[in-house]
Amino acid sequence: IQLDFWLAPRGLGHPVDIRVPFPSLQPLKAHLESNGISYSIMIEDVQTLVDHEQMEMLRSRRGLPLSTNTFDYATYHNLDEIYTFMDLLVAENPNLVSKLEIGRSTENRPLYVLKFSKGGTNRPAIWIDTGIHSREWVTQASGVWFAKKIVQDHENDEGLAAILDKMDIFLEIVTNPDGFVFTQTQNRMWRKTRSKNSGSICIGVDPNRNWDAGFGGSGASGNPCSETYHGPYPNSEPEVKSIVDFVKSHGNIKAFISIHSYSQLLLYPYGYTTTPAPDQKELHEISEKAVAALSSLYGTSYEYGSIITTIYKASGGTIDWTYNQGIKYSFTFELRDTGRYGFLLPAKEIVPTAQETWLALKVIMQHTLDHPY
Amino acid sequence: DIDDVGHKYYLELVLEDVLDKDSTVNCTAEVLYHLGSKNVAPDVQFTLEGELKNTDEADNVFYNQIKSLEKELVAENIPDSHGNVSPEMEPIRRLAWVASGYVIWQNSTENTKFHLAQIKRVKQVKRSDEYLEFDYMVLLHEMVSQEIIPWQMTVLWHPQHGVQVTQDSRQPKHASE
Repeated sequence: IQLDFWLAPRGLGHPVDIRVPFPSLQPLKAHLESNGISYSIMIEDVQTLVDHEQMEMLRSRRGLPLSTNTFDYATYHNLDEIYTFMDLLVAENPNLVSKLEIGRSTENRPLYVLKFSKGGTNRPAIWIDTGIHSREWVTQASGVWFAKKIVQDHENDEGLAAILDKMDIFLEIVTNPDGFVFTQTQNRMWRKTRSKNSGSICIGVDPNRNWDAGFGGSGASGNPCSETYHGPYPNSEPEVKSIVDFVKSHGNIKAFISIHSYSQLLLYPYGYTTTPAPDQKELHEISEKAVAALSSLYGTSYEYGSIITTIYKASGGTIDWTYNQGIKYSFTFELRDTGRYGFLLPAKEIVPTAQETWLALKVIMQHTLDHPY
Repeated sequence: DIDDVGHKYYLELVLEDVLDKDSTVNCTAEVLYHLGSKNVAPDVQFTLEGELKNTDEADNVFYNQIKSLEKELVAENIPDSHGNVSPEMEPIRRLAWVASGYVIWQNSTENTKFHLAQIKRVKQVKRSDEYLEFDYMVLLHEMVSQEIIPWQMTVLWHPQHGVQVTQDSRQPKHASE
């Protein structure tokens, strides 16, 4: 009956361990019982254990983390690793974190958003996205760190606990997954989406010129081969449209923060026009406080102001659209550095960058909480 | 604004040693962007208020290291995708930084902002004289257009004679990427 002895018979008084194939289970039990030999079950199903071990081995060989506590935040990860991280985080904190799929990319990759919520229904919310420009790797890496930080601090940090008592946080870590995979496999400097442009061999649309705010104006390019190509029409890119749809149907987003690198700037609308935003004064004051908080950690210096006066004219940009939708606290960050490494920021700067940026984010979130509208 | 000539900028800068943050030198400069300039580099005048650190020792170490290589140096992707630069490649990278500074100056207007993004490839070229020669293919990132522009530079260096860019040319971007 093909018994597999794991501990062979040695003599009287010594136990015997046997792995029993399923068909032999009944006959063996009957035999032992009819001979008055007592037995106990040590492992119900060896196959389950083998399968689990196999999976764990594959994971550790491929560098996949087994928990968000063993995840290496100080290195850059690929898309699979980040998506695995998200699932782990949700599994470890099911009462706080859930994962939403808000759409699919051009190449049919799922677009995931993590929702951090202590309850309620459709609470006022804060939106944070990273990685909309795929080559800006410190941003996706910071997004991963923020996700873990929220989970770690949601009870013991007064400020964050107060925020989550009243508001939800939505975090889209890999906002442009097609571009991100392309930076890993083909071209580290890829910025745009990976959509095909009819009538051109050039690929991709700049997702930060594809929004319906001053769309197509100067501050974007009509040339598909350009890094700032605005696309054929607003929201042509599924990566953009899915956020637009989400924001509109949620209807209660009160702060929207889109994160880029590099240049060390904190920006508010507008980019497409020199007309000051009606809330310019308040946004400027918040920026001043947020930048002070950021600098307090490592002395990193940031400039701040409206997009058009601080960086350059840019039309069809994310936060111009969100601001015009009525999301007053709309900000864009440009993280480290100022050009020494640029997009190729050394991995050892990921955590310090995320830590200091988080302080600025908390200022914005706190202000949003304290000034409901 | 200078009528019929261009725009002049007066700058006060602080130069900081990358290797020693406390070592700084003040500098004043004047930059003149010529009107309607397409292929004319801006005029630059500058005055250093103090002295730059002496680098003879490091220069000689690097020079001898390269001179004593059995095969010509070849390297790619500096920094790599994760921002890493090996210690041996640091001087190669700094040399590219300086050389690309020249290329950037020659190609700057009031509407450009360039940074060296990456060295794609560097090949040492054998020479019969004392100079070191490197053929670089670098990527320049232009901030306003957000374009990544491949650029070839031929760079000469000598401990006593400094850096020279003897040839440089903008390369076509691969449209299919």
